[in-house]
Amino acid sequence: MKKNWWKILSLILLIYTIIGGLLFKVPRLPILNETIRNLYFHVCMWFGMMLLYIVSFVYSVKYLLGFQYQNDIKASNFAKVGSWFGILGYLTGIIWVSVTWTTQQGQTLATVLKEPKLIGAAIALLIYGAYFVLRGSFTDIDKRARISAVYNIFAFVMLFPSIWIIPRLVGSLHPGAPGSDSGNPALNRNDLDENMRMVFYPAVIGWTLLGVWIATLKIRLQILKDKKILN
Amino acid sequence: MIKIAKRLRLLALGIFLSLSSFAQEQTEMADVMRSNGKIYVVVAVCLTVLIGLFIYVFLIDRKISKIEKES
Repeated sequence: MKKNWWKILSLILLIYTIIGGLLFKVPRLPILNETIRNLYFHVCMWFGMMLLYIVSFVYSVKYLLGFQYQNDIKASNFAKVGSWFGILGYLTGIIWVSVTWTTQQGQTLATVLKEPKLIGAAIALLIYGAYFVLRGSFTDIDKRARISAVYNIFAFVMLFPSIWIIPRLVGSLHPGAPGSDSGNPALNRNDLDENMRMVFYPAVIGWTLLGVWIATLKIRLQILKDKKILN
Repeated sequence: MIKIAKRLRLLALGIFLSLSSFAQEQTEMADVMRSNGKIYVVVAVCLTVLIGLFIYVFLIDRKISKIEKES
């Protein structure tokens, strides 16, 4: 039980997120209205994805340093859960977009979905999708681990131009683009309301811990399955 | 002179009107749900889903621990 404190912390933080996220004061903004509360859920998915991908990247590097099969299992499962978070972030983003970006000048969802941020996010997720396809195409375990570790490093590096840099160079409706006169809305002190930060940061930690928990479950299952290979 | 005074008065009226209309422009929020308490229902539903999912994950966790001990 002593080792499980962070799982309980995750539950407590997420309970706080839902209560605080739905009830606490948020700034009254036109167009956004109450949907500003999506920050605690939609943005946290991307943060969780990013953190899980970082962990996956670290394990891939570790694998290449020592060629221990366990590190390959860890890298692939963290990437899997990270991709789940990314897909959830994308889907929640579409829901949010459909009520906030399409209201003013008669745009349709199809026109606003041609957004640099959305295209970049889709590219990033597809690159990770190719990582799983690549893994699946090997029958030799060592070869699979080695090549997919190298590919995972490439995929991680590709995250930066596709979701962080390019959408910020070109105009985008998404916060953080040059047209929206804000830097990083989630991290910049001036861009996020004081009250919202009180819920947002715990929410990020809570969702990420949940992702880590699920990833560890998957890793333990895989290790049990591959017991013969590991010993 | 009278003309200028008239214009000033009109200007003052204009400013006053625009200010008052600006103050009335309230951004729409879910105030109704808050006033009749229905937002708490949403919170309760979300919490039930969240806690239910956590119990499920916890049970899976325990099951894996058991198998780990056995093997």
